[in-house]
Amino acid sequence: MRPLVALACGTLFGAGLTYAGMTDPARVLGFLDVMGNWDPALAVVMVGALLVSLPAFQWARRHPRPLLDTQFFLPERFRVDADLMLGAALFGLGWGIAGLCPGPALAGLASGMPEVLLFVAAMATGMSLRSWRVRQRARAGEFECKS
Amino acid sequence: MNSGKLASMFDAGLRAALFGGLMIGAAAALFYWLNGRIAGVSGIFGDLFLDRRNGHSPWRLAFISGLLLGYLLVRAWRPELGQIHLQTNPAGMAIAGLLVGYGTRMSCGCTSGHGICGVARISPRSLAATGIFMLAAMITVALVRHSGLLP
Repeated sequence: MRPLVALACGTLFGAGLTYAGMTDPARVLGFLDVMGNWDPALAVVMVGALLVSLPAFQWARRHPRPLLDTQFFLPERFRVDADLMLGAALFGLGWGIAGLCPGPALAGLASGMPEVLLFVAAMATGMSLRSWRVRQRARAGEFECKS
Repeated sequence: MNSGKLASMFDAGLRAALFGGLMIGAAAALFYWLNGRIAGVSGIFGDLFLDRRNGHSPWRLAFISGLLLGYLLVRAWRPELGQIHLQTNPAGMAIAGLLVGYGTRMSCGCTSGHGICGVARISPRSLAATGIFMLAAMITVALVRHSGLLP
């Protein structure tokens, strides 16, 4: 049942991204280009998503566990640390160059465009590099995301 | 094209953005209520090949497959949607992909995990990450498009 829910939620997520125009790097960069002909679409998408997810996540706090599993799986870190800030800045740099983040890039793989596949392959490589670096420095207490 | 027509096109685009956003929020909410998981794409995708203990559980591949399926369904329904206009050359795509992969893994989340789920949980880490990646991306676009420093 859980994989089926994951497939359904992934499909709804991917359909929402596509319907909203967020799989198009031109629309994404149009939002990020605050000095140019600004396109508010991405902000509208965020507001639309939060209109549903904010009450939903707050309401879930009253419940001890999800319907189909024994616990909620939440991140184990709470501090705003240097890794979080530097990582987010690096992500923003890449996002601003290509206009693609992980969700739209993976959904857009279905277009069959080789450039999108190139982006996803590079993204997987970047993720592996980070994981390798963390394992290398594991004794120094460096952290790999877990939930 | 007169301004009225332009305005109505703009409205249609923003209506689609709002509707798409509601779908994304609903997907994240249902995934959390039913499976108890954060719909964070960088984590779900990365753990597929990086988490040797739990990465093979079928729900990860199912969620990622769904993203592609959702794209195809919208294109089948409305062929004019889901167009992809590339904004950089292949070298730019490769560099951007590396940065997005490394950065999202380092900050434990991307636009979905931090931007939608984390902000909805009012998580301080996600609020900080979302502000930083938005600002960094806006500065990047300003430098690329308006600084005249780049070819």
